[in-house]
Amino acid sequence: MEKIRIENLSLVFGKNKSKALKLLESGKNKAEILDATGCTVAVQHANLSIDEGEIFVVMGLSGSGKSTLLRCLNRLINPTTGKIFINNEEITNMNDRELLNIRRKELAMVFQHFGLLPHRTVLSNVAFGQELQGISKAERETQAMETIDLVGLKGYENQKVSELSGGMQQRVGLARGLANKPEVLLMDEAFSALDPLIRSQMQDELLILQEKMKKTIVFITHDLDEAIKLGDRIAIMKDGEIVQIGTSEEIITNPANDYIESFVENVDRSKIVTAASIMFSKPKVARLKKEGPAGVLRIMRENGVEHLPVVRTNRTFLGYVKLTDVLRLKKEEAKTIESIINESVMSVTPDTTIENMLPLLSKTNLPIPVVNGENHLLGVVSPTSIIAESTGMAKKEIHEIIQKAIEL
Amino acid sequence: MILGQYIEDAINWMTANFSGFFDAVNIGMSSLIDVIESFWGWLPFYVTIALFAGIAWWKAGKSNAILTIVGLLFIYFAGFWVETMQTFALVLASAFIALVIGIPLGIWSAKNETAQKVIRPILDFMQTMPAFVYLIPAVLFFGLGTVPGAFATIIFAMPPVVRLTSLGIKQVPEEIVEATKAFGATPGQLLVKVQLPLAMPTILAGVNQTIMMALSMVVIASMIGAKGLGEIVLQGISQLRIGLGFESGLAVVLLAIILDRITQNLGKSSKKK
Ligand SMILES: Nc1ncnc2c1ncn2[C@@H]1O[C@H](COP(=O)(O)OP(=O)(O)O)[C@@H](O)[C@H]1O
Ligand SMILES: [Mg+2]
Repeated sequence: MEKIRIENLSLVFGKNKSKALKLLESGKNKAEILDATGCTVAVQHANLSIDEGEIFVVMGLSGSGKSTLLRCLNRLINPTTGKIFINNEEITNMNDRELLNIRRKELAMVFQHFGLLPHRTVLSNVAFGQELQGISKAERETQAMETIDLVGLKGYENQKVSELSGGMQQRVGLARGLANKPEVLLMDEAFSALDPLIRSQMQDELLILQEKMKKTIVFITHDLDEAIKLGDRIAIMKDGEIVQIGTSEEIITNPANDYIESFVENVDRSKIVTAASIMFSKPKVARLKKEGPAGVLRIMRENGVEHLPVVRTNRTFLGYVKLTDVLRLKKEEAKTIESIINESVMSVTPDTTIENMLPLLSKTNLPIPVVNGENHLLGVVSPTSIIAESTGMAKKEIHEIIQKAIEL
Repeated sequence: MILGQYIEDAINWMTANFSGFFDAVNIGMSSLIDVIESFWGWLPFYVTIALFAGIAWWKAGKSNAILTIVGLLFIYFAGFWVETMQTFALVLASAFIALVIGIPLGIWSAKNETAQKVIRPILDFMQTMPAFVYLIPAVLFFGLGTVPGAFATIIFAMPPVVRLTSLGIKQVPEEIVEATKAFGATPGQLLVKVQLPLAMPTILAGVNQTIMMALSMVVIASMIGAKGLGEIVLQGISQLRIGLGFESGLAVVLLAIILDRITQNLGKSSKKK
């Protein structure tokens, strides 16, 4: 279900907004508009739909407009044009009262440098949101203690936040965000200021928390690895534009343009790319009931292959047959190929990553069958394409190799 | 000079048309000063010294407490106690009014760019103007005496607290302000719960400077009849009594040091021995 929708949002910083917008409509780019008007176009024509319960990552280099876009969601910055809906309610036309209410109840934010009140304790920082709502001290502190427990800060509640390490401070930031029980969590480079080790730990913990909480999280980062690790879906921004939206696998296997291609070049594809996206989905098969040895032999000759997967009529995968066996059966004038099916073939599911398929290569040189939960054959992955993908060759090369692999 | 003529006309016009207002201010200020002055006059000197020493100990540590006791005892035995208390009362009253006006002005100029654009040049002007110049309109509005002295002092002492209040609020990290807004704070909550507490050390530095400037001006204000240590300094100068001038000058310096030490540490939590 859709939680947040952004429609045609643009945001211009500077004095001469209307002129800048006109130039933007006429197709000028960020640099040209800056030259002509002195205005910075931070976000241009953004369209997004974020589902309830997903971690939606916005990724891009510094200055690409990520923070600005995020701040439009709770209107810390007001968009120049465009609309934002949360729960199908337009927030871009809300008055101050309504805005205050939605900030208190629906949206919480976590900041890169934590944004905590240094003169206060952990407890009163976590309870801050509810303090602003005028909830009694006893009640808000009971709730805050629960949240403090949740993020693993128990025992620190009476420390001043300025005495804590960065990682601990960001736990306080996270706890403060969660204490209001918001439905949406906005996280602006929330882990970027942390040491790599702590950072990775916080990422893991966020994922574990998210399992339990199922919040809608909009997470900003400039780090592709973090985006891939956390994001159910990722939007990539460049110069204020959203260039591509998709799952990490969609983006990596099918980059929208050269910019994204160069961006994702160095990613360890084997952890992300799955069988589904590299399998050949209409493999030639031998149907157990329909084709006898002669029919199978014909298919093999026509396609120049020495092995064929065997399926029942409903596409249930049974195993492989080998050319030499088929020839033998034909000599014996057998009616069916049932006796020669090699059933000890390892199959994989569509979401198996390349990394997990690699070990299979040492056991077989046959195409790896991809089956669904009911053991229906969906396609095959050729060993060559696994190697090609995991070594990160150019897409065209890979394609050629896959083509060759299929033709073989 | 034409400009001088204009200003003279303006001030004459104001005294003519706002005399009721100036009278009201006059009465209000003189009663405030009277109350403060009679309180310090009524308190026996040893209680006052003990009180000062106690605050100094609490805020500025043991050595400053000792300094306070020695300094005040010197003032007492040199025979300047009454005048010192008069000066102190005038500083307290003027600084109090300067803060009551100055802190809100500082907040306003931190939050509103137009206000800042107007206030800043006025502050520059107020600070670069020689202190004596303030005495002239003060006399024209209020005649001679303590109230015009206080008036000139308020004007002279206000700029630092306005500036530093504004600075302190602007120095609150943007992310903290954003976080506070993001959790649904009203502008008032933002100010009271976040901006003022975080700006407090800077604001208190402004308070300290305002008090010190008030003290220096109160001494000068004796030229137009403000009571206190300044009177004795003037007497020393006009009668060429070097000894008297020196002693009373020393009393001013001692009072300044004591006030400075105490108010410098207002922002910090009480000092351990
Ligand atoms: N308050 C501001 N005034 C003017 N320009 C700004 C302001 N904030 C951001 N920008 C500009 O807008 C663009 C996007 O900034 P930002 O959203 O902070 O990017 P990111 O978070 O992706 O690093 C940048 O070119 C930046 O310089
Ligand atoms: Mg940013």
